[in-house]
Amino acid sequence: MIVGENKRRSELANDSGIEGLVQPGRVHRRVYTDPTIFEIEMERLFGQSWLYVGHESQVSNAGDFFCTRLGREPVVLVRHGTGDKNGGDIKVLFNRCGHRGAKVVATEGGSASEFRCCYHGWTYATDGRLISVPVRQGYPDGTVDIADSAYGMQAVPRVASYRGFIFASLSVTGPSLTDFLGHMTTSFDDLVDRAPDGEIEVAGGIARHAYRGNWKLIFENVNDGLHPLSVHLSSIEAARAQDDAVWSDGAGEIGIRQMRQNGAPLEFWDRQVGLWAYPFGHSYLGDYHDDEKLAVARQNPSFQDYIEIMEAKKGGERARQILGVTRWNTNIYPTISFMSQFRQLRVIQPVAVDRTDVLGFCFRLKGAPEKMFRDTIQFANVTNASASPVLTDDLETYDRLRGGLESSGNDWVTMSRGLGRDVADGHGGLQAENGLSELHIRNMFDSWSSYMAGG
Amino acid sequence: MTREIEAFLFHEARLLDDALYQDWLALFTDTAWYWVPIQPRQDNPFDTVSIIYDDRKLMETRVRRLCNENIHAQSPPSRTSRIIGNVVMGSSDHTGGSNECDILISSRFQMVEFRHDDQRLFAGAQTHGLVCDGGGYKIGWKRVDLVNCDAMMEGITVPF
Repeated sequence: MIVGENKRRSELANDSGIEGLVQPGRVHRRVYTDPTIFEIEMERLFGQSWLYVGHESQVSNAGDFFCTRLGREPVVLVRHGTGDKNGGDIKVLFNRCGHRGAKVVATEGGSASEFRCCYHGWTYATDGRLISVPVRQGYPDGTVDIADSAYGMQAVPRVASYRGFIFASLSVTGPSLTDFLGHMTTSFDDLVDRAPDGEIEVAGGIARHAYRGNWKLIFENVNDGLHPLSVHLSSIEAARAQDDAVWSDGAGEIGIRQMRQNGAPLEFWDRQVGLWAYPFGHSYLGDYHDDEKLAVARQNPSFQDYIEIMEAKKGGERARQILGVTRWNTNIYPTISFMSQFRQLRVIQPVAVDRTDVLGFCFRLKGAPEKMFRDTIQFANVTNASASPVLTDDLETYDRLRGGLESSGNDWVTMSRGLGRDVADGHGGLQAENGLSELHIRNMFDSWSSYMAGG
Repeated sequence: MTREIEAFLFHEARLLDDALYQDWLALFTDTAWYWVPIQPRQDNPFDTVSIIYDDRKLMETRVRRLCNENIHAQSPPSRTSRIIGNVVMGSSDHTGGSNECDILISSRFQMVEFRHDDQRLFAGAQTHGLVCDGGGYKIGWKRVDLVNCDAMMEGITVPF
């Protein structure tokens, strides 16, 4: 705990009036627009929760590193070698020189045997230990002790992983990662179990997009079953009118099918799509009974090859069990949204109260036909790239939300669709009345309220 | 011939600046592809994501969407101005893969885009694979390498 932090927190809390911002079925617009609220979120929510860092496959070999942010804090995910070339421990270090505070690692990713700060050449091992300092004698005795870990690149207090997905917490205390994820471990299982060889790997580059709007908006949108018909109308109509006989090398097949699917009628979301919400703000959309509609992968010819491989490797019964899970987007609040059907994972990074960065990652299923990875790439292009014909309408919508919420005409934002109609689901969570409910939003704000109250 | 090619590239840029997207699409062959890589020197659009990778089918859908009155991302529409320059014929770091073409052109572009009180600048290199068609040309493939290809960017709706 940093000296003075308690005082600053309570000052902020008193000034901001957090209590009363969340009410049944509605939330005050300040949660999306007030910079003071945002700062408290950085301390109390992002500062306490488990935040996604990366996947172990991004740092497969000793010395591999990847730079990212936890909240707004720059960190380095690195595989610290233990002597032999393979294996080693995962470390998550604050990207900050122990000397004057410069960022030590300037590139996004790569491989290194040590990290050296550009400013005065302070050098660190890949586990953050300070190993050399020029002009050591220049620092009076007791002011720079190379053996004192306080001068190293500090380790983020807690790091844990589930099946290769690495999370870290800026807080020394709190629930374990397993308790935090709760029943949502099954969503990670859904993704990893689909790999015939039992492993997945990040591959194919990073699709990035930014929007003008609060970080909470994308979480609310990706599990919103009502918005596609309106937001994505232009791409739905364009895709519907597309002549299927036109030449395609596969890119068009995946993209256009997805755009058409966004046009599924309301009855579909009402009767065939479910929404589930869990403690700590997590949720997922899915479990549709007619999986021909949303689980578009099944219409792909290479999927038959994949099914055969899965049955051979896992046995028919287990393969059917695994492939029978039909989940769409899973939100792990407050940092990621991912889905197994096309092996996508988005990392949401808050920049300011009205500015958010999103990084989209793809996974390859080891042992699956390579065509499936090609489909993964084409799907990412259509849904995660900054020029996506689908996503760009979402980004415009977020900007209009940001703009509209600046108005004082109505302080309250409704989130009451399906209110009072949820039922316990048997896994510690709630099931919404249908896929059109706003349960996931209310659930996130329940969690938000708990974090923001400081406990 | 260089002048004719330049005129063709200027014409393409003018169609886009005038938002005549269907006319722009008509410049492409029936088996064309259009690619805006997300990495510098990206090798291919199949094992790595891209800002845009459209086969002909997806291009047609993209253009149809641009012309759809319900497109929120272009309500209001962008206003753009493009400059094409440094046109060099016959050499490029890139090839068209399976799309054989008669002429390879590399050039540079800059595009200013204004929308929602904001003006942003895009720039980079473009490569066209052209086929001779009647007395003129058609685009067999087009690759656009943005200077800021791997930057964190807000939505891009107007093609380059």
